[in-house]
Amino acid sequence: MHSTRVEDCKAFVETLIHRYQCNPTELIRILREIQDRYRHVPDAAIEALASQLSLPRSRIVGVIEFYSFLHTAPRGRYDVLLSDSISDHMLGKQSLMDDLCRKLGVAPGVTRADGQVSVDNTSCTGLCDQGPAGLVNGYAVTRLTSGRIDRMVPLINESVPLAEWPSDFFAIDDNIRRADLLLNERPEPGAALAALLERGADALLDEIDRSGLRGRGGAGFNTAMKWRFCREAEGDAHYVVCNADEGEPGTFKDRVLLDSYADQVFEGMTLCARIIGARRGFLYLRGEYRYLLKPLQDLLAQRRQKGLLGDDILGATGFNFDIDIHLGAGAYICGEESALIESLEGKRGIPRNRPPYPVTHGYLGRPTVVNNVETLAAAAAIAVHGGQWFAAVGTAKSKGTKILSICGDCARPGIYEYPFGTPIRDILTDCGAGGTLGIQVGGPSGTFIEPGEYDRRLGFEDLATGGSFMIFDASRSLLDIVGNFTHFFAHESCGFCTPCRVGTSLMKNTLDKIHSGHGTAGDLVELRSLCELIKEHSHCGLGHTAANPIIETLERFPDLYEQRLKAIVFEPGFDLDGALEAARQLTGRDDSAAHLQQVDR
Amino acid sequence: MSEKLRIATTSLAGCFGCHMSLLDIDERLLELVEVAEFDRSPLTDIKHCGPCDIGLIEGGVCNAENVHVLREFRQNCKTLVAMGACAINGGIPALRNSIDLRECLTEAYIDGIGVQNPQIPNDPELPLLLDKVHPIQEVVSVDYFLPGCPPSADTIWKFLTDLIAGREPSLPPELVHYD
Ligand SMILES: Cc1cc2nc3c(=O)[nH]c(=O)nc-3n(C[C@H](O)[C@H](O)[C@H](O)COP(=O)(O)O)c2cc1C
Ligand code: SF4
Ligand code: SF4
Repeated sequence: MHSTRVEDCKAFVETLIHRYQCNPTELIRILREIQDRYRHVPDAAIEALASQLSLPRSRIVGVIEFYSFLHTAPRGRYDVLLSDSISDHMLGKQSLMDDLCRKLGVAPGVTRADGQVSVDNTSCTGLCDQGPAGLVNGYAVTRLTSGRIDRMVPLINESVPLAEWPSDFFAIDDNIRRADLLLNERPEPGAALAALLERGADALLDEIDRSGLRGRGGAGFNTAMKWRFCREAEGDAHYVVCNADEGEPGTFKDRVLLDSYADQVFEGMTLCARIIGARRGFLYLRGEYRYLLKPLQDLLAQRRQKGLLGDDILGATGFNFDIDIHLGAGAYICGEESALIESLEGKRGIPRNRPPYPVTHGYLGRPTVVNNVETLAAAAAIAVHGGQWFAAVGTAKSKGTKILSICGDCARPGIYEYPFGTPIRDILTDCGAGGTLGIQVGGPSGTFIEPGEYDRRLGFEDLATGGSFMIFDASRSLLDIVGNFTHFFAHESCGFCTPCRVGTSLMKNTLDKIHSGHGTAGDLVELRSLCELIKEHSHCGLGHTAANPIIETLERFPDLYEQRLKAIVFEPGFDLDGALEAARQLTGRDDSAAHLQQVDR
Repeated sequence: MSEKLRIATTSLAGCFGCHMSLLDIDERLLELVEVAEFDRSPLTDIKHCGPCDIGLIEGGVCNAENVHVLREFRQNCKTLVAMGACAINGGIPALRNSIDLRECLTEAYIDGIGVQNPQIPNDPELPLLLDKVHPIQEVVSVDYFLPGCPPSADTIWKFLTDLIAGREPSLPPELVHYD
């Protein structure tokens, strides 16, 4: 780097460190700002950070390399990422990607020589109902078409600032198609806190208990019990964290809640804070939802002004609580609560050993409640309307409603709130789906169901989902879907444990080999045992579920795989002769010994 | 007495450490040759492999010749064994996989310190390098994997005696535990 750039960079790091009070837990925020300014984190910045935060250089580089949105080499002045979710692919993502790359003269993942632009893939951006979608310099763009791509190319080549791009590129709709308990009405800001102050924390916790509310983030843990455990845990500080990482492909209901019901979410956090005795909370917002950061910060400021956050909330002496928003940097694993906490602490998002659980040893080792966005919004509504209001809806073990984000092959994709216990068939009718191959309920880590199973019901007893509900019609190929999910897991594996880090890559390669018609019976045997190994021996939930799409389909549709096998003993999974091409060019050789047969005859 | 078993061994992209470890079974070699004979192997200098019962492969696959040798072993050996970390994972030679082949050869034969008469060797006698080093199971199917760098003599011995006795080879934890 040029020496003036080095100086500029050092000075910039200096101001950041000052602003963030030399606090290593702020490392990711600091790195994000550096990335924004220089399109990467320059070496000079790494040096300066290491010395001023007293962190080893390796720790900083480790963090940069961990998160998809941080880079050690410069990205383009315009960094375009297209969502790789299966739903975006079904809407024609790949041809748009090819088109965009060709028109801009770039290869995916390689910054153009003039530094103007880079184009790459990114995991699901949570805009599946209005895809194909992507991010330009971190800001979400929706409904991409070849027309939009054509308009985008000159904007990039002529360096038009993002703020001057047509606003329709960035238009994001809520698409709420069916509202029930939660989405039907928004309690007045402060109403839940007023109820809390009137009735007291104990009574409110009992009310949450009565509601039967269980976590909406996937695992379905009883919310009142979680809050009680945390409240009773010893610690010199307690924390509330709202998990808005929403990374499971096909899930986008937290985005809508934070777009249109954020007051209620913050209110739920504040309620929890009072009950467990926290003075500080965090909203961990996935990096893909960066466009929500400013409005959410403004809303926090309004709530402070209204006395709903800050010191002596609603005039209650000693009711002090405030919320900080922490923007993620592109890592699905940070939705796992202990990885999320690591990330909040400025580290790589690697899941911790559990137990101890966050309720006793969470943020900075202190008792911490981590709840999903929807759980917290529901808690606020329960405080206003009472536990019975909520418990009256749903089934024996799944009380209340569930917000689904529906995408894929249906007439009306979007947000649907249903009472638990609703049969899948009714949902399909409502969203206008017909002639289906099946539904993936709960995202890639969830379950695939076939038409014969549509009488099954939504709920923890039967079909649980964090919200993802992807519909596939009969024209889709199940192996394409399984392939997309498997690539997703291999990409998102955090790399901490070998069974998942190595296993998901081997699984991806073997599946691709079979899918493309080069696999043999031996590969299928390998794939089976590999899947079991990953499931049995991985460290966290990602690894435990990463092989599910293959395991399930191998069990239920073995023909899909067997049809594609070659009737030979073995074929390498890579192009053997192609692997000699580089050496042929370097030596100028083309004799027979400079070639290899793909299959040994 | 029934006919002896035939064992073949070779080193592809390896350091011969695995073969040293095989020799390290010491006097047990005498027991081994009671029941087995060596076919193609650095120990015998036989150039081509004939029909064998067991083939032990050290090292990964880094060039075209490795591919031919490995295929010869696969065709002739009833049981093919990946012996050691390099055969199983590519090992040390695979450290070059993150470096472009051109860069690698330029550094070694053109820009490197002290290089005389700089040129990338291109004699047809020399096998061409693959752009990456591969574990052997990516090129042929493999029956057993003997972990270790190198697998210890006891590991090799336990494995071979199990196999020769017709038992499914199994390695107790102390033979595959490295920390
Ligand atoms: C790989 C993985 C990803 C996860 N992603 C999310 C997520 O994006 N949002 C979420 O709320 N929970 C996610 N979870 C679940 C959280 O670990 C945690 O259980 C949840 O946030 C607790 O909140 P709840 O009780 O309100 O559901 C994920 C879990 C795993 C294993
Ligand atoms: S299972 Fe995967 S995501 Fe989880 S800790 Fe291991 S490597 Fe990381
Ligand atoms: S595994 Fe170890 S001992 Fe064996 S060839 Fe490789 S480096 Fe040498």
